[in-house]
Amino acid sequence: MDMSTRYLGFDLPHPLMPGASPLVDSLDTVRRLEDAGAAAIVMHSLFEEQIKQDRLHALLATEGPANSYAEALSYFPGLDHFALGPEAYLEQIRRIKEAVRVPVIASLNGVSTEGWSDYARLIQEAGADALELNVYFVAAALDEYAATVEDRVITIARQVKQTVTIPVALKVSPFFSAFGGFVHRLEQTGVDGLVLFNRFYQPDIDIERLEAAPRLELSTSSELLLRLRWLAILSSQVKPSLACSGGVHTVADVVKAIMTGANAIQLVSVLLQDGPNALAELRIGLERWLIEHEYESLKQMQGSMNLSRCPNPAAFERGNYMAALQGWRRLNPL
Amino acid sequence: MADTGVTRTETALVDGNQAAGWVAYRCSEVIAIYPITPASPMGELADEWAAAEKSNLWGDIPQIVEMQSEGGAAGAIHGALQAGTLATTFTASQGLLLMIPNLYKIAGELTPFVLHVAARTLATHALSIFGDHSDVMACRQTGMALLSASTVQEAQDFALISHAVTLKARVPFLHFFDGFRTSHELNGIIPLSDDDIRALIDESAISALRQRGLSPDRPQIRGTAQNPDVFFQAREACSPFYEQCPGQVQDAFDHLAERTGRRYRLFDYDGHPAAERVIVVMGSGAETARETARFLERERGERVGVLTVHLYRPFSIADFVTALPETTRAIAVLDRTKEPGAVGEPLFLDVVAALAEARAVGTPRFAVEPVVIGGRYGLSSKEFTPAMVKAVFDELTRPRPKRRFTVGIHDDVSHSSLALGEALDVEPAGTTRAVFFGLGSDGTVGANKNSLKIIAEETGQYGQGYFVYDSRKSGATTVSHLRFSPQPIHAPYLISQAGFVACHHFPLLDQMDVLGTAAPGAIVLLNAPGTADDVWASLPRSVQQQAIDSRVRLFAVDASRVARDAGLGRRINTVMQTCFFALSGVLPADDAVERIKGAIDKTYGRRSEEAVRRNHAAVDQSVANLIEIPVPAEASALFDRRPPIPAHAPDFVRRVTGAILAGHGDQLPVSAFPVDGTWPVGTSQYEKRGISAEVPGWNAELCIQCNKCAMVCPHAVIRVKTCTPESLAEAPVGLRSLDYRGEEFAGSRYVLAVSPEDCTGCTLCVAVCPAKDKANPRRKALEMRPTAEIGATASAAFSYVLALPEAPRPQVPLAVKQVQLFQPLFEFSGACAGCGETPYLKLLTQLFGDRAVIANATGCSSIYGGNLPTTPYTVTPEGRGPAWSNSLFEDNAEYGFGLRTAFDQLALQARRLVQALAGQLPEALVEGLLAATGRDEATIAAQRERVVALRQALAGIDGLAAQRLLEIADNLVTRSVWIVGGDGWAYDIGFGGLDHVLASGRNVNVLVLDTEVYSNTGGQQSKATPLGASAKFAIAGRASGKKDLGMMAMSYGNVFVAQVAFGARDQQTVRTLLEAESYDGPSLVIAYSHCIAHGYDLAHGLDQQKLAVDSGHWSLYRFDPRRLAVGERPLVMDSGPAKARLADFMANETRFRVVERDDPARFRALLKAAESESRLRLERLRFAAEFQETKDK
Repeated sequence: MDMSTRYLGFDLPHPLMPGASPLVDSLDTVRRLEDAGAAAIVMHSLFEEQIKQDRLHALLATEGPANSYAEALSYFPGLDHFALGPEAYLEQIRRIKEAVRVPVIASLNGVSTEGWSDYARLIQEAGADALELNVYFVAAALDEYAATVEDRVITIARQVKQTVTIPVALKVSPFFSAFGGFVHRLEQTGVDGLVLFNRFYQPDIDIERLEAAPRLELSTSSELLLRLRWLAILSSQVKPSLACSGGVHTVADVVKAIMTGANAIQLVSVLLQDGPNALAELRIGLERWLIEHEYESLKQMQGSMNLSRCPNPAAFERGNYMAALQGWRRLNPL
Repeated sequence: MADTGVTRTETALVDGNQAAGWVAYRCSEVIAIYPITPASPMGELADEWAAAEKSNLWGDIPQIVEMQSEGGAAGAIHGALQAGTLATTFTASQGLLLMIPNLYKIAGELTPFVLHVAARTLATHALSIFGDHSDVMACRQTGMALLSASTVQEAQDFALISHAVTLKARVPFLHFFDGFRTSHELNGIIPLSDDDIRALIDESAISALRQRGLSPDRPQIRGTAQNPDVFFQAREACSPFYEQCPGQVQDAFDHLAERTGRRYRLFDYDGHPAAERVIVVMGSGAETARETARFLERERGERVGVLTVHLYRPFSIADFVTALPETTRAIAVLDRTKEPGAVGEPLFLDVVAALAEARAVGTPRFAVEPVVIGGRYGLSSKEFTPAMVKAVFDELTRPRPKRRFTVGIHDDVSHSSLALGEALDVEPAGTTRAVFFGLGSDGTVGANKNSLKIIAEETGQYGQGYFVYDSRKSGATTVSHLRFSPQPIHAPYLISQAGFVACHHFPLLDQMDVLGTAAPGAIVLLNAPGTADDVWASLPRSVQQQAIDSRVRLFAVDASRVARDAGLGRRINTVMQTCFFALSGVLPADDAVERIKGAIDKTYGRRSEEAVRRNHAAVDQSVANLIEIPVPAEASALFDRRPPIPAHAPDFVRRVTGAILAGHGDQLPVSAFPVDGTWPVGTSQYEKRGISAEVPGWNAELCIQCNKCAMVCPHAVIRVKTCTPESLAEAPVGLRSLDYRGEEFAGSRYVLAVSPEDCTGCTLCVAVCPAKDKANPRRKALEMRPTAEIGATASAAFSYVLALPEAPRPQVPLAVKQVQLFQPLFEFSGACAGCGETPYLKLLTQLFGDRAVIANATGCSSIYGGNLPTTPYTVTPEGRGPAWSNSLFEDNAEYGFGLRTAFDQLALQARRLVQALAGQLPEALVEGLLAATGRDEATIAAQRERVVALRQALAGIDGLAAQRLLEIADNLVTRSVWIVGGDGWAYDIGFGGLDHVLASGRNVNVLVLDTEVYSNTGGQQSKATPLGASAKFAIAGRASGKKDLGMMAMSYGNVFVAQVAFGARDQQTVRTLLEAESYDGPSLVIAYSHCIAHGYDLAHGLDQQKLAVDSGHWSLYRFDPRRLAVGERPLVMDSGPAKARLADFMANETRFRVVERDDPARFRALLKAAESESRLRLERLRFAAEFQETKDK
């Protein structure tokens, strides 16, 4: 079965790949993922903010007590010796590139204009085949408006595209009031792909200790629906290739994402739960499904249920909301 | 050094340690190191250069090896030398003493070797980290050549001379320069080029060294044992080498002069060619003497001169005598050491002997044989100023000068001291002098080092920087002395009259005589908020008067606000530095700003762009916030500087400690001091430093009375007590109280008080507080509040609570909450804010302080435990408390063991005497006294009462036995002997002794404060440093695992061994100390202590301790041999298997993170090894915990 697809300009044998997560921190896992047939490797995000904070804190921790006390003018060896930068990440790119043959997609979360551009360039120099920009922030300030947030993302995308020659994908959140229009603007920056969607880490609350407690919940298939809607809306209308990220757990989930127009499927929760082999099982299952359903190729199915080809396109727009509510009423009569 | 007129080339701004260290590094193949102040930087630099792959002269990176002690370093060097390599080491003071046995060997074997020494005071009546020649003078008999450098330039040049000559002469060299004054003084020097170094090193001599090296291919035997028939002659065989050596040194000096123009002689004479009065001196003091002699000759026409001794051993009589002008009539020899009981100090005796020798061999040199007198100066870096030099010259004019004298002190006991005239300014015109008063934490010193570099590079001026540090580690003050001049600067003494004075921390104006250093018309810059009027009004009256009298121009900048706004927190250095340049005019203003920004880029560029951005922002805002404060004609303030000590302090504390605190320690006469180094305890309570802008405030309504805050407070600033409701009748407003929660003191009230003037603001108490406001959990029972807001009320409450009666000890249950009701007998130390060691010591004193004797190894705990001016160990209302003392670094276990042995002996004697006098004493009393063996509070209290009764009974009994028993009766009450020290002591230098003491079976308690690094000397690795951590001497991350000291001690079977971490499980800590102390045998408690050398904000120290335990980095356990006796498993694990990732623990600390960031691949390997090592250690413990003795059936 021909399951090939094209994502960010790469011809891939199939659409399944690990999404950005700590999974790829271990080189052994990366190798196992490739053995499981991953079409590409998406790396864990490099967080500029974290690096900056790290560097500042390390500086404060080492410089603070220095030059205070005659017996110990410093507490760390040669302060100039250490450059607390993105070296570890860049090194990891190099190591993964050496270890695997599939495309390696690095991931970057910046905060400053310089950070996005500089780190993007370093990532390219380290040998990444493509770059996924992880635009992850919570616009919590009451004086920050939607337009500002959108403008910022557009600026980042444009700057990074101007800085690097490798393909650039943008991983975005769905929390834009006019997501279609926003994507349209993004497209004009020349980005090569969109990853739908970022999953926010949601803080939980420890009711005994009275503290907010960061917590990571794995996704479930129910989260796929939001992705399906926007894949269906965008895939027939925009040029950048599309990856589905969040909520893909079963072969049926994969099929749905492809049908709504995904060029690539990024897996995280299922891999964290079941290990790298889950990717192999989904790949085999997808192939079996295509055969059983007498598809000629994956491409035949790709986008078959998007907005332009779906028999009831209104379902992806407001109609779906009405229908769903009515269906619920049917099942739960007053 | 004679000025040869050679054109000046590019200078480098370095200190003596750097200058000597670099030459040593370039000329060596094996370098053995061990940290000791003030020589540590030489070893640290060597290690850094090796890590940066800098090579020696022959293209190789020297082997740098850290040893367990200086004795070990000397042994390693001896071996390396015998294998035919070029080896060196660096040390000072006690470290040098530990090397002496090997120095004899190395010299006896005629081995080329150079030992670089930053000369430091030897510990006698007290330890001192500062400089004098007592250490090197203790080596003058070893056979080492002694070459003395007086300046930073000479420290470099003589390092080379030493390395060059030792190869040819085969006489090993001890090259020394003054600790701190030269080792730490930044000065512009002309660096030696590689070609210069190569030119002086004789390759053929290296070949000869190789040939002499031990090799199985041409075996030799060295180190034989010889008998009376031959030893003597064989010992004399080396003499020709010593005879030739001075000539070889002079040849090397001459060779150096040809290449560099810097000409030296074995004895350099400066001064009037027909001088009548000459001072003979060695080390940095020579510079002061030379400059003063020149001044006296130039300005006053005095015929005086100075002979600087460079090569002190072998002492060349001929060169010495010919260096003196023939006109010399009187000589004063100055020694920077004291040799009690000797005819005179060593240099003096050598000079006398040399002159006598010259006379005896009939070399007529002098028209009249000169009078020679000898004096001591500058012990422990005591200032040696031009006025003192003049006093010595003046003494030589007297018809009957003092034969032995001291200069620089007021000796009103032996009347040895010379009277000083007024201060002399002998510096050439055109010297810019600036003094900066700051805090260690505000970055003042760093900024000043930076300014020196900028000015030296930008203007080509010579610069000199010397920095005076505090002996306290929290709220530490620094005073920077900076000079700039178009001429080389020869002024190795502090600035007393500065044209620019800055005070970076406003409260220092109250504590130190800041304006006392301002010359007339000086510019004075203050870090102060408010308008010009506000600033003037906030100056104490006497400070205002000084400003008026000295006609200073006064400026202020609110640097704290500017720095805070720029995101720099308390680091005001950039702001003050910018204002210094703006006001001093050393550089054009715009140039200065550019250069400062350039320096910021250079300093922080690689390490943090955010730091660069914030510092640039601070620079831009600095000058805009600078204001001039008009100085009116009259002082207006109605308040003045506070006395340093309150009036209610004891007389000695007011007279002596108060003077030291006021900065007048130099003026105290000899009679003010104890003759044997014995000082009163409990003096830290009188020094109210008020160093924190925020202190914890108590929200009583939320408090659950867990007392964890009091438990964790490193400075004993939080006190809790129970009391009767009536005792609060006169409580000050603001002292709140609660009904005590707990049956033991049901019906009483509970009070908690905080001392704002002693708090360091570390916030550990707030971090540990579990009591939150349910409606607003951000609010806890303790929360930080501005000192200005609650300080006065809190102080009054604290004083009131201190005066309330202490809890009746026998009634206090021994759990975390209740033991905090015990009075801490360790309070308000100078330890770092958030220190992880002091809570253990405080707890120790709460539990056993009234009967404790503490032997303390040198290190952090001896510094915050016993460094003047004030000390933290204190007493109960009955006057009991820990007797504390420090012997050395290396011998602490043995020292404590000696104390134990003595107390055991005295107790035995006392018991024997009680038995002997039994017939004359009440029967019940005798029985009680002899039967009391328990160590619990009730038993001790009862025994104390019996001892009182015994004393009363003995008063009525005549005879020697009764009298002797009276003297030692106190020993019938248990003495709790504690041996305290850090991991550097226990794991490394003192391990041999510790091992022996543990094996002895004696009842000593050892508390190891394990920070996993040499903290006091600045973070060098010890064998307690964990795998993967970066430390000095293990820059790339320690590759071997932490030594399992506990497991080693357990192997004896009869030692109580435990590990604790109070931040992880405080109750286990309390329980462990109690069990350790109650065990009638040796106990070893290893206490995890978070430390600034781990590289994170210590406000998180407790969380990080928890993580250390949860991740398996640190296990909690107790091995109690008593359990063996009752058939139980002796080892009890108090922490379970790892439930957090070791990587997460490591990720929080800079010591691990730097390795990860710098070399990710290496870090991964180290992490893996650390994980496996930690697993193995836990497995080993688990296995041991399963162990149970099999009893014979």
